[in-house]
Amino acid sequence: MSDIALKVTGVGKSYRRYKREWHRFLAWAGVTGLNAEENWVLRQISFSVAKGEAVGIIGQNGAGKSTLLKLITGTTRATEGQIEVAGRVSALLELGIGFSPELTGRQNAIHSAGLMGFSRAEIERVMPEVEEFAEIGPYFDQPLRTYSSGMTVRVAFAIATAFRPEILIVDEALSVGDARFQIKCFEKIRQFRALGTTLLFVSHDLGAILSLCDRAILLDKGNFIKEGSPQDVYDLYHAVIVEGGKPSTAAQEKIAPDRTQLVYGTREAELEDIFFVDEVGDRVEIVSVGARVTLVMSVRTNKPVVQLNAAYVISDRLGNYVFGMNTCDWQMQVENVAAGERIEFRFTFSANLGPGFYSIATAILPSALLTEGNYEWRGPALLFQVVNTSKEKFIGCSWLEQEISVGRN
Amino acid sequence: MLSILRAIWRYRNFILSSIRTEFSNRFGRSRLGALWMVMFPLVQTALFALVLSAAYSVRLPEGGGKGSYALYLLAGMLAWAVFAEIVNRCLTVFIENSSLLKKLVFPRICLPIIVCGSAIVTNLVLLVVTLSIFFLFGSVPGLNIIWLPFLMVLNIALAIGLGIILGILNVFVRDVGHVVGIALQMMFWLTPIVYVPSAIPPAYQRILQFNPLYYLVQGYQNVMVFDTPPPWLPLSIITALTITLLGLAMLLFRRASEEIVDVL
Repeated sequence: MSDIALKVTGVGKSYRRYKREWHRFLAWAGVTGLNAEENWVLRQISFSVAKGEAVGIIGQNGAGKSTLLKLITGTTRATEGQIEVAGRVSALLELGIGFSPELTGRQNAIHSAGLMGFSRAEIERVMPEVEEFAEIGPYFDQPLRTYSSGMTVRVAFAIATAFRPEILIVDEALSVGDARFQIKCFEKIRQFRALGTTLLFVSHDLGAILSLCDRAILLDKGNFIKEGSPQDVYDLYHAVIVEGGKPSTAAQEKIAPDRTQLVYGTREAELEDIFFVDEVGDRVEIVSVGARVTLVMSVRTNKPVVQLNAAYVISDRLGNYVFGMNTCDWQMQVENVAAGERIEFRFTFSANLGPGFYSIATAILPSALLTEGNYEWRGPALLFQVVNTSKEKFIGCSWLEQEISVGRN
Repeated sequence: MLSILRAIWRYRNFILSSIRTEFSNRFGRSRLGALWMVMFPLVQTALFALVLSAAYSVRLPEGGGKGSYALYLLAGMLAWAVFAEIVNRCLTVFIENSSLLKKLVFPRICLPIIVCGSAIVTNLVLLVVTLSIFFLFGSVPGLNIIWLPFLMVLNIALAIGLGIILGILNVFVRDVGHVVGIALQMMFWLTPIVYVPSAIPPAYQRILQFNPLYYLVQGYQNVMVFDTPPPWLPLSIITALTITLLGLAMLLFRRASEEIVDVL
């Protein structure tokens, strides 16, 4: 356990439902053979997290995320398997639990820290910091009932993070008030990480996971589906949602040391080739800022389809969408395609992107409606780099063609 | 068992501040403040005294006047009030604090301890008020009053044991809460608090004997009003019963505490 902060081995949680509620009392008394209905909400979950690592937990509602967090926090116990935790776990799932409206902010903070098990002396020591972090001025010594909800949350967050835990669990649903305070909170979380705190982060937001986490874990219907780089896991999560929770049809293949390509869909049609060509028609892998390029997507049908559309989205290194489009929206769909036909989509544009690495995900689909499913979704289908060879120096993720005039009086 | 005690000790600050919070939540913004704590049993006693002694002219058989009946009532109420409060509050303590139990990790035994603590504080205030009234009536309790602390401890311990067991069961079978509400109501009338046991037919008196509270309340009345020792023999059985109940409560608590969160 020296550099492992959290080790989860074969953990499962079942909520037992007895035929008659009093059968439970018999079970406590040692009576066996009562037929209780086992309702497994988590099964066979195993992973470990190193000290200082940040891991995102992704999954749809009902995937078992909250239950897993509760098990790690210790509010409920696993039915099977083991959870080993090195050090104190602090969970920011809901702020201000146990706060009382008649007490002042300070009294509530002291009370709340007591609930976390800290001694009087320890609490006194951090109080000035808490007061400073909450930034609510003289209100700190006023009863909580006079607070706005934002002020309550400030005090709650300040006391919840007054002591650095070894493992911090943060739920995305945590709302911490205005944008400025939110930044401050994330800053505090980053500080903890820098000091060696392990972070478990639950979110549906790719951006937050990519910017905070080193790794991600995907849960679905109580099962452990995948762990890997946040981008890979998120791609698969996307597949699970679109496929209505059937990750089995998805195939993953390593295309770079740190990237796996995910392919899923009903496979009536598939992408055969994808590449960039420059203005003279030569294939290119490195694109120069502002250059006129054509993205070629070559698609082959396996079965006859009534409608065929192509879509692509360019993402930056952090997974933020830079540009995405769908031929459906441009009324460029191909109709009544026979099995075995080859169709080439060509998208020509100026690569007005900032220097850096980008990826392209593609979709071959019957219509723009996501719910109808994809013939094929492939991400990333292509990785490419943009370099600045011809423009003046600039920063940012896009090149905005400039005309500059300077007036001097 | 030892780990439970250690957890309670570690969380002593939290328990004390929770009790304080409870009182400031209840009385902090009212003008009479702490006086409201004892208002309910006092008014109840006054009403009983008024209705029963004036309208039905209930007297103590030992030939006391109206005043001594009021004191008899007060002694019984002192015992009943804390017993009923502890049982009633323990009954719902886990249900009421479900969000705390589900979201935070802390020794769960703190919750019943906090409600018992606040009930005990209330009862101590009531004790002071009751004794003051005794002095006002010129009825200074005799030497047997030294047994009162023991009776109070026994009474409170019995209530805690019973309350925790019922509180745990109530989490799983919510009917328990309703049944206990009715049972407490019946128990009040099956305990000689507003009447003297000799005033009812002998057949019913036998029923009273199975009510453990009967002897406890009698003990309170003996030492406070009549200056006689408590009924030691039955009380020793009740002491054994209390210890058994407390042990059972702890066992049940250890067994159930994991599952409580699962069904809340």
